[in-house]
Amino acid sequence: MSAVTRRTFLASTAAAAAYGLSGATPAFADVNWKKYAGTKIGVNLVKSPRGDVLQKFEKEFTDLTGIQVSSEQTPEQQQRQKAVIELNSGAPSFDVIHISYHVQKRQFEKANWLADLSGFMKNPELTDATLTESDFSQAGLLYAKNPQGQMLSLPFSVDYWMVYWNKDLFAKKGLAYPQTFEEMVKVAEALTDPKEGTYGFVARGLKNANVPVWTSFLLGYGVDPVDANGNLMTDTPEAIEAAKLYQRLLTKSAPQGVAGFNWSECQSAFLQGKVGMWLDGVGFAPPLEDPDRSRIVGKVGYGVMPKGPKAQASATFGDGIGVTSASKNKEAAYLYCQWAISKLMGARLLQAGGGVPFRQSILNDAETRKGVKMPPAWIDSVVESGKISKLGLPVIQPVTEFRDVIGIGLTNLLGGGDPATEMKKATEQFKPILERSEKA
Amino acid sequence: MSTIAERQLTPATEAAPLTGARPRSTYWPFVVPAVAVVGSVIVFPWAFTIWMSLHEWTVGGARRFAGLSNYLRLVSDERFLTSVWQTLIYTLLAVILPLIFGTLAALIFNSKVPLRGILRGVFVMPMMATPVAIALVWTMMFHPQLGVLNYLLSLVGIGPQAWVFSPSTVIPSLVLVETWQWTPLVMLIVLGGLAAIPTEPYESAAIDGANVLQRFRYITLPMIAPFLMVAVIIRTIDALKSFDIIYAITQGGPGTASETINLYLYSVAFAYYDVGYGSAIAVVFFALVIGLSLLMLHLRQRTKWTELQGGA
Repeated sequence: MSAVTRRTFLASTAAAAAYGLSGATPAFADVNWKKYAGTKIGVNLVKSPRGDVLQKFEKEFTDLTGIQVSSEQTPEQQQRQKAVIELNSGAPSFDVIHISYHVQKRQFEKANWLADLSGFMKNPELTDATLTESDFSQAGLLYAKNPQGQMLSLPFSVDYWMVYWNKDLFAKKGLAYPQTFEEMVKVAEALTDPKEGTYGFVARGLKNANVPVWTSFLLGYGVDPVDANGNLMTDTPEAIEAAKLYQRLLTKSAPQGVAGFNWSECQSAFLQGKVGMWLDGVGFAPPLEDPDRSRIVGKVGYGVMPKGPKAQASATFGDGIGVTSASKNKEAAYLYCQWAISKLMGARLLQAGGGVPFRQSILNDAETRKGVKMPPAWIDSVVESGKISKLGLPVIQPVTEFRDVIGIGLTNLLGGGDPATEMKKATEQFKPILERSEKA
Repeated sequence: MSTIAERQLTPATEAAPLTGARPRSTYWPFVVPAVAVVGSVIVFPWAFTIWMSLHEWTVGGARRFAGLSNYLRLVSDERFLTSVWQTLIYTLLAVILPLIFGTLAALIFNSKVPLRGILRGVFVMPMMATPVAIALVWTMMFHPQLGVLNYLLSLVGIGPQAWVFSPSTVIPSLVLVETWQWTPLVMLIVLGGLAAIPTEPYESAAIDGANVLQRFRYITLPMIAPFLMVAVIIRTIDALKSFDIIYAITQGGPGTASETINLYLYSVAFAYYDVGYGSAIAVVFFALVIGLSLLMLHLRQRTKWTELQGGA
């Protein structure tokens, strides 16, 4: 068994702080970390920079707690399938599960696959005093809690949507960063010059992937895709206006072939310095400042989502980490989750550019911010986006179908479809699917 | 008068009559392993799929018997019907084009061209590559702004194309990848056929004054027809179940422009977790594959029969 004690662990993390990974070490002080020493837990992670950071420092967790961890990372789509199949069997091979809130929240809640962590969070022997609900952003709490107010997971990493903009292209045309949707359209069209191969705007056109672009607009019209009573709002006048905006930006100011663009194609186009604005998640920023991959290093502006006619909102998505209700090692698994979202791990995640923690104390920590490789404008934009964050997708079970059905309608708009017709058709098509899912 | 076969069988039948309980009980144990394997890996999964298709069943939810409602839903499911049509178009193109180019390549490589051995080796290389790796490379090549294909077109004065990024060109573009990868297979099959053709008919045709096209039409084509049928059968089955390349390049998009039955089935079963409806799609897809396979086998038999008649 490892000879590392809590004291030596604290000393080592303090040493890590000296290298700039600071602002978090006291987080391990109060909990009885060794209580479940010798326990073995399985951890199911999504293949991502978040999963990489957790696996990289896994040994530190074992040294701290004496809990043996067997973790695996699987690509997102396959991980979701594997998790669902195993959880549905009632005997999953893992105790800890990394979930995508914006896709799996409702499904996991309805199927009771996650253990209630509310009691653990109130237990000072299990939970550090600094880990409080109020430390999570509002969106994080909305995601983590079920309608009964139980905390079913710990918010891990958040993805706000923001606008990346090319300062050089803006300067050439004497344009300023847009403050409203209307200005965004004008600026995008002013920047577009197909002969020069320059385009004002790019965002996802590929079905399913494109829905968050449209919901980003819809939220600016003051409407959520599904209202509080579970009614679809996808064919309302606001939804149609948002669809018109989507159509206009992506047909008049976007590069050829945008109907097949996912985030990677958008990123490639933006990296070449030929696109004025790119609307997407904050997590895609690091390559923009990487001289090996980007032609626009130091020229990128990080803008908060412009204001819509009714509201200013940043569509928000996120990951959580929870304990399965079938786990026989819930306390040990909870300790892992707590470690995963600790200040130290959150700081590492943020500084590596692998994700943005939901915990405000990490984002606001001056020492942590010093170690962030991205420009200060990026983190400022992240913090500002957090203040106007709204859930980017409805909390319903058939999220993937919602994204597919609405996404097909949106892609059709890029081929010249009529916004009202497409949105009404998609809504009509999705309505029975939603009703069926709620009955099931 | 008895035939030779009858005369040969008669003594054996008399010596060990295949009646009574003893022989049957002696033979059964030998059949059991085969029955168990076929039952567990073929019959059971299919029976279970059909059973699931008769239920409304979403993973994580309750299961309810739904009769034929999943099948009735298919009839009015526009996305499913589109996927059937697109599967057929995709299959047709992905069979015909490799067949034409593969036959042409086989004719070229069958003649005594310089460096024939090396060139044949190079030509079959696409077949050996991993589909997902191929898909990633082609995705980059198809990129409207950064891809090499549009650059090559610009060299000959043709404007940029959207390739897989436009609903109108996505299927032909995917077929291009499929053709690039599987033309060598057809070439190898046809090459085998060409090697088996005797030289005498060509000598006679040359004496009769037949030109190159006539020799191909009246000698080569009929004699390689059975080989072409084999290529058609293999390619049809392969194209029908094509998934990896389409999924990796377009995920069925833009919109649903390249969504084949396989991709739709995958979405329904593994993204929407609608196991009942997904099973109904699988059953219909299976029926389609069986139907097309039977048609192919029938044509194959006819080709064989014609060939035998011709040879008699």
